[in-house]
Amino acid sequence: MATDTLSNHEGHAHEHDHHDTAGTKIFGFWVYLMSDLVIFGSLFAAYAVLLRGTAGGPSGADIFELPLILVNTFLLLVSSFTYGMAVLAMNANRVQQVKVWLAATFLLGAGFIALELYEFQHLIHEGFGPDRSAFLSAFFTLVGTHGLHVTFGLIWILVMLVQLQQKGLTSMTRPRIMCLSLFWHFLDIVWICVFSFVYLMGVL
Amino acid sequence: MSGHASHEEHSHGSVKSYVVGLILSIVLTIIPFGVVMTGSFGTPATVLVIVATAVAQVLVQLILFMHMNTKADEGWNFMSFVFTVSILVLVIGGSIWIMYNLHQNMMIG
Repeated sequence: MATDTLSNHEGHAHEHDHHDTAGTKIFGFWVYLMSDLVIFGSLFAAYAVLLRGTAGGPSGADIFELPLILVNTFLLLVSSFTYGMAVLAMNANRVQQVKVWLAATFLLGAGFIALELYEFQHLIHEGFGPDRSAFLSAFFTLVGTHGLHVTFGLIWILVMLVQLQQKGLTSMTRPRIMCLSLFWHFLDIVWICVFSFVYLMGVL
Repeated sequence: MSGHASHEEHSHGSVKSYVVGLILSIVLTIIPFGVVMTGSFGTPATVLVIVATAVAQVLVQLILFMHMNTKADEGWNFMSFVFTVSILVLVIGGSIWIMYNLHQNMMIG
């Protein structure tokens, strides 16, 4: 039924060809994000089930450092905002501004990843790595998968900066910036669930 | 074409909607962190605050940052989201429910 709607759309709007191809791309990317959401949902379910399996090791209350998580949350939140500004600049056809906002988003995202790596390295150094208990395995898998997504988002931002430099704002680069926008906001939404249900609930 | 233009504007937001989204998100982040870090409420109340602010912030970002609505792409964006959320409820809720009963009845863990 979905394909029916999309092909219908394309059929009766020839002059909107560009817009419709872009719209189809963005809808397809949205469907990918929904499937990614199911992956994160499964990891959250695994984490919830294994939460008490600490095997004599530390629980969340022993190892989570909330001030660090608060800083991380603000980094990702503000980066979501700066990406929104990049999209607005793109709609206004200001390619230079798009690059500046994308660069700001990259720096904030890189800061997030740096702090997360510091947290992981610190935990592993203390002997609380993913091999310590089922709880820590689930924790590292869930938070690590999110971190990996952010890392790929950072690579994607770099690729877009290069493509904007070479091609400018075209019918090819615009849908890509829109898809990356959805991806970046999506990661912020997953992080809301991570800090609420893993970190905040964990220290109670 | 005018319908097309307004759709464009609606789906990509404005400076105002992003600023409002940012401010709401900051407030909805500070509230649960403040409640947990000061420990001012009991555990049930704290859990309630965390869940309520998380759901509110997810909705704020879905609507103001990702511009999800029931009209774009003839509602297919929204329908696929609703479908995914029902799958999530089944997977997460079902896992917790089943494993909780397993722990209770098998006396493991």
